[in-house]
Amino acid sequence: MTDAAPEPRKHYLNCEYSVRSWLLTTDHKRIALLYLVSISAFFMLGGILAGLLRLELLTPQADLVQAETYNKLFTMHGITMIFFFLIPSIPAVLGNFLVPMMIGARDLAFPKINLLSWYVYTLGAGFTVVAMVTGGVDTGWTFYTPYSSTYANTNVILTALGVFITGFSSILTGLNFVVTIHKMRAPGLTWFRLPLFIWAHYATSLIMILGTPVIAITILLVALERGLGIGIFDPNLGGDPVLFQHLFWFYSHPAVYIMILPSMGVMSELVACFSRKRIFGYNFVAGSSMAIAILGFLVWGHHMFVSSQSMYAGIIFSLLSFLVAVPSAVKVFNWTATMYKGSIALRTPMLYAFGFVGLFTIGGLTGLFLATLATDVHVHGTYFVVAHFHYIMVGGAIMGYMGGLHFWWPKMTGRLYSDAWGRVAAVILFVGFNLTFLPQFVLGFLGMPRRYHVYPPEFQMLNVLSTAGATILGLGYLIPVLYLLWSLFKGQPAGDNPWGATGLEWQTPSPPPTFNFDKTPVVTEEAYAYDSSSEGHRG
Amino acid sequence: MAEHSSHVAHQFDDSTQQYEASTLGMWAFLLTEIMFFGGLFAGFFVYILGHAQAFAEGSRHLDIALGTVNTVVLLGSSLTMALAVRSAQQGHRNGQLLFLGLTVILGSVFLGIKGLEYAHKFAQHLVPGPGFRMEGPHAQSAQLFFSFYFAMTGVHALHMVVGIGLLAWLFVNAWRGKYTEAYFTPVEVSGLYWHFVDVVWIFLFPTLYLVARHG
Amino acid sequence: MTHPTVPLRLYLGIFAALILLTGLTVAVAFFDLGGGRLHLVNAAVAITIALAKALLVILYFMHVRYSSRLIWIFVGAGGFWLLILFVFTLADFLSRGWVPLPLPWNP
Repeated sequence: MTDAAPEPRKHYLNCEYSVRSWLLTTDHKRIALLYLVSISAFFMLGGILAGLLRLELLTPQADLVQAETYNKLFTMHGITMIFFFLIPSIPAVLGNFLVPMMIGARDLAFPKINLLSWYVYTLGAGFTVVAMVTGGVDTGWTFYTPYSSTYANTNVILTALGVFITGFSSILTGLNFVVTIHKMRAPGLTWFRLPLFIWAHYATSLIMILGTPVIAITILLVALERGLGIGIFDPNLGGDPVLFQHLFWFYSHPAVYIMILPSMGVMSELVACFSRKRIFGYNFVAGSSMAIAILGFLVWGHHMFVSSQSMYAGIIFSLLSFLVAVPSAVKVFNWTATMYKGSIALRTPMLYAFGFVGLFTIGGLTGLFLATLATDVHVHGTYFVVAHFHYIMVGGAIMGYMGGLHFWWPKMTGRLYSDAWGRVAAVILFVGFNLTFLPQFVLGFLGMPRRYHVYPPEFQMLNVLSTAGATILGLGYLIPVLYLLWSLFKGQPAGDNPWGATGLEWQTPSPPPTFNFDKTPVVTEEAYAYDSSSEGHRG
Repeated sequence: MAEHSSHVAHQFDDSTQQYEASTLGMWAFLLTEIMFFGGLFAGFFVYILGHAQAFAEGSRHLDIALGTVNTVVLLGSSLTMALAVRSAQQGHRNGQLLFLGLTVILGSVFLGIKGLEYAHKFAQHLVPGPGFRMEGPHAQSAQLFFSFYFAMTGVHALHMVVGIGLLAWLFVNAWRGKYTEAYFTPVEVSGLYWHFVDVVWIFLFPTLYLVARHG
Repeated sequence: MTHPTVPLRLYLGIFAALILLTGLTVAVAFFDLGGGRLHLVNAAVAITIALAKALLVILYFMHVRYSSRLIWIFVGAGGFWLLILFVFTLADFLSRGWVPLPLPWNP
């Protein structure tokens, strides 16, 4: 706390304290914090559900829950984690906070729409959770017809409508970011001087705009089919369940890039700062973000190799799926090249960055087994798939989220947290994560199907390892909650730029004033203009 | 820092930036609408492949006269909307009121005719569901056609209702003299939305009504 | 700042063209132009006319003709993404049976 007379500096947190000033704010920074609260709540819910699943899977028999309940648990886990945590996470929290600041703007293009997007998200997600809790949904987050449209006896319509509503939050955020990045960059901030975080969010926003509406209409059709008894996917009327899958995956595959691209954007910021070097191959990393966004729309059929989709289409989708791995690999190589001969500082955010690079690589490589038609036939629908996407989503996306949260926490709150505890938690997380999901690759390859609550006894050892890992993983997520909250009350004041990072957001005080900049900055340098003490290796 | 007149929001530097951002924002939103309706069209195209005859029969049960009239009405409303934007751009209050009013009227006529068509279908037992009845061997699959007919025209009609509401709000503001040469962005942007809803109908009409009118 | 006012005569001319094209598409629908079971030629004609009408509305009523290249890119992207959805989905349904399933393993 400051001593004596001078009034504390006014910033976005203390300018007004009323509840109304928070619930009716149009300040992108406050909205980011509102999102942080909602998203954390849903993450906790999704985590508890995961815990219940893993608890049941400790033994080969069904002893904790019945089959129907288990189905509801994994459905809820999937819906909560994907729609209410992963998809909004980085864009809604870090993106909302940082996009205007990184481009030197006072706010996003449409601040009221930004607030609307938070309400739509929170109310939609809350509504869906109520639907899932009161009646349960057991279709899997993938809602495959005709089970979801005709035969399920659970709260499908309400859940579907809830997801439909929440999707608009995504659309509104994406729209806001795209317009802001196009039209509100500071003087001198050309496209190729932008931080790669911005490129990543731009690409993500394109996907949000172009993909989300398709799942919206698809879910609506399922709800209509169920509610009004009209047949759209009903085979009895000549309807085709495979059409549902096409429409569903048209969005849901690009959705995974919505979940990973922002994380990759965070990576570029962390790796540059904690290697004190420009990102190697900036243009290629920026271009890769766009390539991933575009190519990501051309591969959805790899979820449908065994659905009766034509072999010809399968071959094309398989080839394109291999292609989409290339830009991701380009990024991993460029981050690694950035670190090479950099001045590495092993602070908490950098530990998360290291974790990301390794785990994302494993997840990505295992994706190739799934992209290959022949091997996919063997591992489709098994724990191999589950392990693959958890390596990318948890080992990749969430590590990026945690790393970003730790990197920008001082800017957002004006407080420093204990870096020692941060590193401890990061390591616990890494160990817990691998213990949870590495055995699942083996389980899947050995044939254990996903979404089953019982399994042959010979798989028990690996399942026990996985559940043990899950406990450690949970601890790894709990510890940061504690020291981050603690830092709000007892943390050291952060100062404008505790990491010595480049970027316009670090040119303002921490926490920033409501309108971000006293004067609109003028940009004359490229991004990541770190002084490199080691020669050569310029990006 | 720019002098902020009352109609430039605080996050924008000037009127031009606000105008450009707003129009880009509406186009971004229209992109989402293209994909939203696109999903319905994609489903329709897939099904007509396998059920050509059933869909043709279903289509023949639609009233081509009413559909054509509606097409003309909606195209007319697009003209009046474009003229409303033009009036706003020129700062003509009376022109704005006249053309916005006409657009609302034409839009409502469209919805009225649509309602009439829906009532006919209801009377003919062509609404999908347990009450569906159609003669001929293709009845089952034709029900699929009607599911798409109602879903597609229904979603379109909902967009029209929103559009009419938007225009009514614009009308009130225009009455109060809010839109001038210096600031008519909401009119332009609402115009984009309205025209888009018209473009969707331009594709809906032949897709649903003109499948196989010959022979 | 914004684009110049479009002349009234142009708007009326576009409207007239739209009405004409509407009449044309309805009239043509009553003739079987061939194309097999799916009446593909009829379909192609109908789609072409619809595209022409849509383009008139987009270019003139929606002022895209007078808009920036960025707007053109956005509009183009919309059309392109729609094509991705249609083409790749239809590709599956149209190509069933083109490539035979592999024979079962017969050691």
